[in-house]
Amino acid sequence: MGKYVGESIIRKDALEKVNGTATYAFDIDNIPNLLIGKFLTSPYAHAHIRSIDISKAEKINGVVAIVTGKDWPVRIGLYAGDRDILAVDKVVWAGQPVVAISAESYEIAEKALEQIQIEYEPLPAIIDPVKAKLSNDILVHEKLGEYEHSPAFNPIPGTNIANHFKLRKGNIEKGFKESDKIIENTFTMPQVAHAYLEPIVAIGHYKRDGKIEIWSSAQSPFTVRYLMGITFAIPTSNVTVHAPYLGGGFGGKAGLNYEPLAVLLSKNSNYRPVKLQLTREENFRSAPIRVGMVAKIKTGVKDNGRIIAEEIEYIWDSGACADYAVNVGRAGGYVSIGPYEIDNIKSDSYTLYTNKPYATAFRGFGHMELHWAIERQRDIIAKNLGMDPIALRKINTLKAGKSYTANQHRLRKDAGNVDECLEKVWNDLKTHFKGKIGDKPWLFRGIGVSCFMKGPAQPPNSASSAYVKFNEDGGIFVSVGTSEMGQGTITSLAQIAAEELSIPIEKVYIKGERDTDRDAYTWQTVGSRSLFMDGNAVRNACIDAKHQIFEIASQVLHTPPYDLVLENESIYPKGEPWKNLNLVDVIMGYMFTSGEAIGGPIMGHGTYIAKMTMLDAETGAGNPAIFETFGSQGVEVEINVLTGEIKIKRLISAFDIGKAINPQLCESQILGGSIMALSLGLNEKLQYDEKGHLLNPNFVDYVLTRADDLPDEFEFFLVENPQLDAPFGARGIGELTMLGVPAAIGNAIANAINVEIYDTPITSERIWYEIKKQRPELLKLKEEFLQED
Amino acid sequence: MIVNESESLIINVNNIEHKISVKPNETLLDVLRLKLGIKSVKAACWSGDCGICTVLIDGKPMKSCLVLSHEIRNKSIMTVEGLLEDELFQKLQNSFVKNGAIQCGFCTSAFLLVGYYLIKNKRNLDLLSIKKGINGIICRCTGYKQIIDSIYELK
Repeated sequence: MGKYVGESIIRKDALEKVNGTATYAFDIDNIPNLLIGKFLTSPYAHAHIRSIDISKAEKINGVVAIVTGKDWPVRIGLYAGDRDILAVDKVVWAGQPVVAISAESYEIAEKALEQIQIEYEPLPAIIDPVKAKLSNDILVHEKLGEYEHSPAFNPIPGTNIANHFKLRKGNIEKGFKESDKIIENTFTMPQVAHAYLEPIVAIGHYKRDGKIEIWSSAQSPFTVRYLMGITFAIPTSNVTVHAPYLGGGFGGKAGLNYEPLAVLLSKNSNYRPVKLQLTREENFRSAPIRVGMVAKIKTGVKDNGRIIAEEIEYIWDSGACADYAVNVGRAGGYVSIGPYEIDNIKSDSYTLYTNKPYATAFRGFGHMELHWAIERQRDIIAKNLGMDPIALRKINTLKAGKSYTANQHRLRKDAGNVDECLEKVWNDLKTHFKGKIGDKPWLFRGIGVSCFMKGPAQPPNSASSAYVKFNEDGGIFVSVGTSEMGQGTITSLAQIAAEELSIPIEKVYIKGERDTDRDAYTWQTVGSRSLFMDGNAVRNACIDAKHQIFEIASQVLHTPPYDLVLENESIYPKGEPWKNLNLVDVIMGYMFTSGEAIGGPIMGHGTYIAKMTMLDAETGAGNPAIFETFGSQGVEVEINVLTGEIKIKRLISAFDIGKAINPQLCESQILGGSIMALSLGLNEKLQYDEKGHLLNPNFVDYVLTRADDLPDEFEFFLVENPQLDAPFGARGIGELTMLGVPAAIGNAIANAINVEIYDTPITSERIWYEIKKQRPELLKLKEEFLQED
Repeated sequence: MIVNESESLIINVNNIEHKISVKPNETLLDVLRLKLGIKSVKAACWSGDCGICTVLIDGKPMKSCLVLSHEIRNKSIMTVEGLLEDELFQKLQNSFVKNGAIQCGFCTSAFLLVGYYLIKNKRNLDLLSIKKGINGIICRCTGYKQIIDSIYELK
């Protein structure tokens, strides 16, 4: 293929970022009359608000507005309206904003907050999601039945169940009856924080003319725009959202977050703009987090390794609101069994309310969690059958053209190939694995792999658009709606445009900042969808521009448009490159020597819309995604059985991404995503006390992987089985880079010391504890070794 | 209270002297970002845990959120803005660009400054000492490897 697609072009945003001039919402403070916003949060996980006394705070000089939930009691949310802008009547998590202030300075706002008195009547709180599912007396949302929600979801009023997704295939009882072995296990993953570095920032300006302008660290400015229109009952077109560069997002900035509160403050502050910027602690306690998961899996298998029945219950701990995470439960539900084909399935995926910080999207969207469970289960099944775990997987993996997850929808013929990824990873691990190393009998090494799949979880009418505008010098400006939060999509999109129009990449201009008034629309920047969706839209916009160019050129060259070629900034009839016309002479309109002119400035427009279906409410049948990216990851670990200490020696990944538009950007995603997954798998957990107070809201107690913790060796493989309806064949990769790491570590530990881990994070403490429980003899290895001496 | 009394101070930032009025509890981070408008310096935790607000004080990397403004009297502060014409710094920038060491960019300034310090001041810089050297700064996007490689290339 081409000149630009497939090349490691340097990032379009690289220079701004190394020069320190890239602007983030965090940096914006030059808006005239800008006020500072702050909020006071609930110390209780669950309580009635008895009274709020703002009389002292109001009198402080420099305080402009004080708002409470009753000032704008509209419930907000993406898929379900279950979140108060400020708590109305009762609080549902410790950290929920209750009162907000706008003031002339940060100091004044802080001083005023101290003067506000709130009286609460504490209520019993539900912290454990499994208990929340059984509870009828303690309800996080008593009024669940009154909440509006998208028809794709199924909340159950009178319970804490925000959504119940069902997947049904075949006959599960018959499947278990015909099984030679039945294996049951429970796996868990806790709630975690996105820990993007730029905190949540929202600047809201409610103007006297009824328009709203917002500057936000938002991944999805168009969705913010749409939901803000609903929240404040004004037309969507009255809302403008600016989303500058994002200092990381990872899903945590995907929905509607603090924009409504900033705008509400502005509305009550004589229409002055208000900047709300969360501290790190506020970001931990009051901003959205990732769901926790409890997975119960029962698998029926034949002695030959064929899995014939699987019954699953997923419980997703969404915290106090599930406006976005209902869809995590839905996506986790339809991909329940991972990249396999099983004839009999019964899976129930429940998104649960608990009195904890609320969850939203997180890179992987439930798939890292569910593959932790599924891929551990696959290794445990293999062990039970005395089979090689690779062989067991290969018997059961989902193949192109076969029935997709649980429904009758067939996997595309040009979909990726999970077996190919698995083989690459396994061969690499096996080739380098030396077994036990050194003379210390308490150090063990092992290798483990996992497989996975994921497609973008989006509504079936999710759409993207793009326009391509030519400038006088023959350069183009490409407008898209997708945000730049580090993933590098704008660079890949520029490459697609350069390739399609055959113009130098240096002449393709694309911005990282978004402006919903001026930029082309996209639904959201989530789910690894942008390269595919917005990439197709950019390509279509370029094709449209090319048609316009050929229309003009055909009149000059006296050649029909379909016989023309655009190459290296010149247009000529096929086979006759010497009869050329310079592109630059056409793109602003062509002028004949007589002075007569035709055409006009070229602007191409392109769209793309998802090709999916709704899913059946009783069985989950339908087409849930526009593509599935398949992959496999593996690790070699070293375990010190005396201490539980674990070292990741090697980390290997393979993904079938169809086509690497920019191999270096792919590498960057793989390195970054797999290290993030390593951090999540080994360290990360939001820790609560029994009353629902978060105990580790900072970067000391919430441990993130640092440079010193990196594995010794990385390796990765890009498998390229192109998808025919994808831009140049490319599928998304961003989230995929995380999905298999925790399960591969768990499997490698089992391989090294025959100890099974069921829960993350896999801390040394946990490993030691499981050794003590499952193989206490290992703890004596050092004594025995010393005695032998 | 004493914290309300502002004092006048001359500080040298990026080789330019500024006369500013600061409160005793004002941090260098706030002086740089809010008073002087130097936005390449970012912040993410305001408590010394993440290292994103790192600047060079008399050539040494320090977390500016932990430095009170009166502590920098007679000291010279360097941020990315002040090093853009420096040849070694430019080489390091190019190395970051070429090696793909940038993603969201929020931590990039801090890593550039620490990398510059390491290359300039540490002999026998190897991968391990680079890892130790940058261990105080969090990056959530890149997985660090390409940052380490970028610094190593210029040792």
